[in-house]
Amino acid sequence: MVPLAHILALSVILFGLGAAGFVFRRNIITIFMCIELMLNAVNLAFIGFSRYLGNLDGQIFVFFVIVVAAAEAAVGLAIIIAVYRNRGSLSIDDFDSMKL
Amino acid sequence: MATGSNMPLLLLAILAKVGVVLLVLLTTVAYAVWLERKVVARIQSRWGPYLVGPHGLLQPVADALKIFFKEDIVPTEVDRVVYCLAPFLAFSLALLSISVIPFGESVTIGGATIHFQITDLNVGLLFVFAVTSLGVYGVALAGWSSNSKYSLLGGLRSSAQMISYELSLGLGVVGVVMLAGSLSLREIVEHQSGLWNVFVQPVGFLIYFTAAVAETNRIPFDLPEGESELVGGFHTEYSSFKFAMFFMAEYANIVTVSCLATLLFFGGWLGPVFGPPLLRALLPVCWFCLKVFCFLFLYIWIRGTLPRFRYDQLMAFGWKFLLPLGLLNVLVTSLVLAWRST
Amino acid sequence: MAPLFYIFAVLAILAALSVVLQRTPVYSALSLIVVLCSLAVVYLLLGAEFLAVIQVIIYAGAIMVLFVLVIMLLNARQETPSDRSRLARWLGAPLLLVFLGELLFAVWERFPAATTRAAALPDAGPRAVGALLFRNYVLPFEVTSILILVAVLGAVVLAKKRL
Repeated sequence: MVPLAHILALSVILFGLGAAGFVFRRNIITIFMCIELMLNAVNLAFIGFSRYLGNLDGQIFVFFVIVVAAAEAAVGLAIIIAVYRNRGSLSIDDFDSMKL
Repeated sequence: MATGSNMPLLLLAILAKVGVVLLVLLTTVAYAVWLERKVVARIQSRWGPYLVGPHGLLQPVADALKIFFKEDIVPTEVDRVVYCLAPFLAFSLALLSISVIPFGESVTIGGATIHFQITDLNVGLLFVFAVTSLGVYGVALAGWSSNSKYSLLGGLRSSAQMISYELSLGLGVVGVVMLAGSLSLREIVEHQSGLWNVFVQPVGFLIYFTAAVAETNRIPFDLPEGESELVGGFHTEYSSFKFAMFFMAEYANIVTVSCLATLLFFGGWLGPVFGPPLLRALLPVCWFCLKVFCFLFLYIWIRGTLPRFRYDQLMAFGWKFLLPLGLLNVLVTSLVLAWRST
Repeated sequence: MAPLFYIFAVLAILAALSVVLQRTPVYSALSLIVVLCSLAVVYLLLGAEFLAVIQVIIYAGAIMVLFVLVIMLLNARQETPSDRSRLARWLGAPLLLVFLGELLFAVWERFPAATTRAAALPDAGPRAVGALLFRNYVLPFEVTSILILVAVLGAVVLAKKRL
């Protein structure tokens, strides 16, 4: 039986890597993928707790997180396509028209 | 879980089963190509392979030798990593879904129980769908990495087609799952010992079969790889062994889908069983193989007879007809089941 | 059982590093698929069999296909490193390590490996998850179906060339 601390450690590492990618990358699609990585880290934490508490509510939460991630991915990628059509670039350095 | 003392023996048994199943699957794939060439030839009033071996039976061996000795051309502008990864991905995923397909009854010969299945997952059906979903990547990545307009167009169209028809594929079998009350393939077959599912779920069967033909990119749904439309589609720039892998992956997918169709709708290995215990053990496997062969023949028959759909007709058919029909089927089945249980 | 978890955990971490560090978006997407599939195996090892298969079908098999197709359509090229802020580059990695270390320490203290005991393994097959989903959580289920409808309409409207 894997200790809960190890499962949560994996979740924390994945979340940290996702957060790092989100902050440091320039390509907007890669940033989006790092968001998905963070969501998956949270899912893993939910499943770990569900296993240790012995009830399935954690897994239901994961189910809903996956559904919301799907909806968010669809709308987010549509927005990215629209932005690409208007700006011609996928680098967030070029999306600075609202800066002061 | 096996105890410590049984573990090496269990592992050996599993490896032996995997080896046998893989060997049978690869031979079936090779001879499915032969069968296709022969049947399509007879439909078109000609002979097909005839010279190599009696009735061309050694033709697959000759083809394999030819493929091995052909030059493996890798164009300069391709993305090498993905270009070499895509056919391996397609082929290995096509072989993976055979691991949950049961071929026959579990028999006890002597003291040992032989399960004619590599593993009986309680979510076996979903596992097959998972592997099918991942199979889209082989096509999409091949189209993209080839860096050529025909490949990219073919790859994009093919992957869009595959993900659209995955929905109808799933909906077609929801009725069967509701009837059997389980996602395990073995339990679905055992539920059909009274009446085969095709008589109880005819609409579900038609939806499943149509979606399966579209999923495997076969005529009438093969615009993305039709020669007269897009040169070769996503496998235009591939040659020799990698092309052979795509080819074998396509036929392995056809075999898998045919196996699923027999398990879900035609009673799997159920059929008249008689005779001594050894015959009793082998007869269900023979019935299963016979039914799968009938489906392969049906696939090839459809290929030789029907013209292909235009791409927009294909997508409209999948989204505007097959998907609502699948939903309607699920609705009607659940209403009937709910009414029957009151 | 346990060694398998560690093997797939290391695979997930390596693939996540690849997602964050790769220049080409397609390679990042492929690495993310590896992360998703290894996490699915981890879910299986933790007893969540239905969720493991759902993760592969939906996350790795549909959402990531969407990502890969959009990357191909938009022809996303290799990323050039940013020349905006040198401070961010030098301060970033150490701060990240501090953040991670803090979280790991908090987790280690709260759930020490020696004293945390697992409850009995619940039956997490489709029947049990479905029963819970359609009895206790039926309202969130219906709300998410409306959410998906809104997302589909939004995606179609946003990505159209001309309304």
